[in-house]
Amino acid sequence: MSTTRSITDFETKDVVIQGALAALAISFIAAIGMLGEFNNRILITSLLSLGYLAIGWIPILFGYRASAEETIEGIDPPIKGPRDLLVGGTVGAIAGIVVSAFAWLAASVDLTGVFIHTGPGMRSALTFGQGIGFGSLLMIVFCTALGVFGAALHVMTPTVRSVIGVALGTTIVIAIFEADAKELFKGFRIRGVASILYSPTGGLTIVSAAAVTALVVAIKVYGKGHGPRVVYERVKLHHTSQTPEMQRRNSWIWGAAGFAVYLVIPQILGKSLSETAVTVGLFLVLGLGLNIVVGQAGMLDLGYVAFFAVGAYGIAMLTSPFRPAQWIPQLDFWVALPIVIIVAAFVGILIGTPVIRMRGDYLAIVTLGFGEIIQKLFLSDWWKPVVGGAQGITNVPSVSIGPVEFAGANSKMVFYLVAILVAGVFVLSHRLQYSRVGRSWAALREDEQVAEAMGINTVTAKLLAFAIGAVIAALAGALFAAKVGSVFPSSFKLLVSLVILVVIIVGGLGSLRGIAVGAIVLIGVLGGPTLPGLLREFGRFKLLIYGVILIYMMLKRPEGLLPSVLRSRELHHSELTQDAWLDKAGDFEEDEEVTA
Amino acid sequence: MTDTVSTTPVLEFRNVNTHYGPVQILNGVNITIAEGEMVCLLGGNASGKTTTLKTILGMVTPTSGEVLLDGEVISGMSTTHIVERGVSMVPENRRLFARMTVLENLEIGAYLRSDDLTEDLERIFELFPRVKERLAQKAGTLSGGEQQMVAVGRAMMSRPKVLLMDEPSMGLAPVLVAQNFDIIERINKAGTTVFMVEQNANMALSIADRGYVLQTGEIVLADTAENLLANPQMRAAYLGHTE
Repeated sequence: MSTTRSITDFETKDVVIQGALAALAISFIAAIGMLGEFNNRILITSLLSLGYLAIGWIPILFGYRASAEETIEGIDPPIKGPRDLLVGGTVGAIAGIVVSAFAWLAASVDLTGVFIHTGPGMRSALTFGQGIGFGSLLMIVFCTALGVFGAALHVMTPTVRSVIGVALGTTIVIAIFEADAKELFKGFRIRGVASILYSPTGGLTIVSAAAVTALVVAIKVYGKGHGPRVVYERVKLHHTSQTPEMQRRNSWIWGAAGFAVYLVIPQILGKSLSETAVTVGLFLVLGLGLNIVVGQAGMLDLGYVAFFAVGAYGIAMLTSPFRPAQWIPQLDFWVALPIVIIVAAFVGILIGTPVIRMRGDYLAIVTLGFGEIIQKLFLSDWWKPVVGGAQGITNVPSVSIGPVEFAGANSKMVFYLVAILVAGVFVLSHRLQYSRVGRSWAALREDEQVAEAMGINTVTAKLLAFAIGAVIAALAGALFAAKVGSVFPSSFKLLVSLVILVVIIVGGLGSLRGIAVGAIVLIGVLGGPTLPGLLREFGRFKLLIYGVILIYMMLKRPEGLLPSVLRSRELHHSELTQDAWLDKAGDFEEDEEVTA
Repeated sequence: MTDTVSTTPVLEFRNVNTHYGPVQILNGVNITIAEGEMVCLLGGNASGKTTTLKTILGMVTPTSGEVLLDGEVISGMSTTHIVERGVSMVPENRRLFARMTVLENLEIGAYLRSDDLTEDLERIFELFPRVKERLAQKAGTLSGGEQQMVAVGRAMMSRPKVLLMDEPSMGLAPVLVAQNFDIIERINKAGTTVFMVEQNANMALSIADRGYVLQTGEIVLADTAENLLANPQMRAAYLGHTE
């Protein structure tokens, strides 16, 4: 039976802890300068800046969580009600009080020695520019209100919650991606919409924000049953009901439509979005390549950037008129590419040979070392006559096919090249996964000794994974060099290896769609190791956010955003066997035991 | 040694010595197995039983002496080549690829073959009808007995001349051990030579034709299963009977 709870029925300790945690998060974001820096970015005129969004979600989340009840199986959850709102509000109020105390502390004690951003700017931001007295009161009200809002989200029915969530989310996304939205409007030749939506000084106007929110609410409420998923299901049903000939004809139509979209996309995206798309594409290729080594063959390679560097330097050394080693003949990109591919495969085998006898952590550490060694070699005086040392190699010519030049500066043109590479590597990865080799990699990953006993040549299989991974990275590197026009050792740091790894882990190891999502979310939105993503403001805090995402994913969703079936089976396998054991435990008549 | 067959043995150890670093594991081992026979290798812990199997599969290379398959020297070859020539193993504790389906497990067993597998699958389904029911299931979710069937099936998929079994009774409940030995017997009756390493001497000798006893790397006894079962020395040391 569900029970209504009295308004005071909560653990004081839990509420205080939740409030303190919220305060800690807000203070941290303020102290590292995120609040101050993001405050310059207006989202909704005279209502919301990116800075306050960066702290505002915290009381909402903690208010929601504190009021939520852990559901215990077999016991009906208590009826939601005013008690939950009170809990949320209290959590928010505690957070507000502690944050105000932090602002007051920063005012009276000089903390700038530790946190450089805790100066007057931060204090003013934390007190809404109203002075410590009235400002603290405002902060407490601000946090309490958001806490209550969070709790209210919990109290309302899921349908209402999803409508409100999607509406507010959409409005905020439209506000955050102002620059990109403007460019898209330009691409679609409806620039007028942008001038209606956004105020000339930046940010949505209050009216347009309200209008967008209302519009989304209306769509959610009246558009029920016509959502994209419903449409997709209907199309799929229609597709399966067709005869094979019709399907074949349709696949031609789909192919032609896809090609048309491919031609049009960069024109709509415009220059800067195309640039982002190119970066995403290159990292997607690198992610797919690394996935063959890590996801399919199960070898944790932390020095993957080495092969990217080999591809980029290979092309630079062979095609640049300013190549340091003039005795090397200057070649055209398309002549140089096969050479680079062969060299990369060779380097992959060369690095692979000594390390494949190792497993797990040891393999990771040794590959990490190799990655560093290669970067240091490109930087060294020893190799300087060939690769140019710290000055690198400049004036790498861009790619051209016949009369068509894919100039690096013209990101719309480069997009066409990268898209082809992405498609090619995608198809290759997909086919490998279900091939004989792919099967041997899967067996290898599961039980190397047994795989060997089955006759799988483990050395060849592993070296093949290394070589294929190396070639794919080198292809991305070659395109990178031709696009950027120069290569420097500093472009091939350890960080690049790690970012690629994070992309495939967050997306879902072994899942091709997952890696695509990972690349879009991390590289496209947050930005790559050097280039900014769509959220330009996050530039300085990119790695911090990467870290937070990675930790969160490892704790809550280790199989990634869009996991592969096999991989999530592996991660949840222990639970599975435990359950199997439990199922059997009460069932001795079976006379069969289950081994873990 | 009682010689029952006069043709070329399927598997033969000729004075094999094996070392792990400076430590000698196998010491002048001689084993002969004729086609269609079921032979077991008995011995306690650390007597060199598993090393013997690894030597056959080429995972360990003998320091001297040679292993022959059908009269051809296979010691020194890679595991892949040896498996290709007709040796396969059911590992200790079965060790299926737990997260793959039963069918995927069977397919990996036939990894070195590129011809049609339908016939072999049918043969395995005939021997173990239950495997057919479980084809799409994850191997890790099977019961112990079913896992053993899949493990044997996986090894049979490469159409071996000699099937090696490493401790088939290990970690199984007594009822399952009996069921398991029944499986081995059926495989053997169907024409596959079986070489089995086992600690459970009673069980093994009850179905085997002949047996060898390995002690700290040396063959100390070799006889027919009946004689071994009757051998007082054997009974005292391995069969748990004192008279």
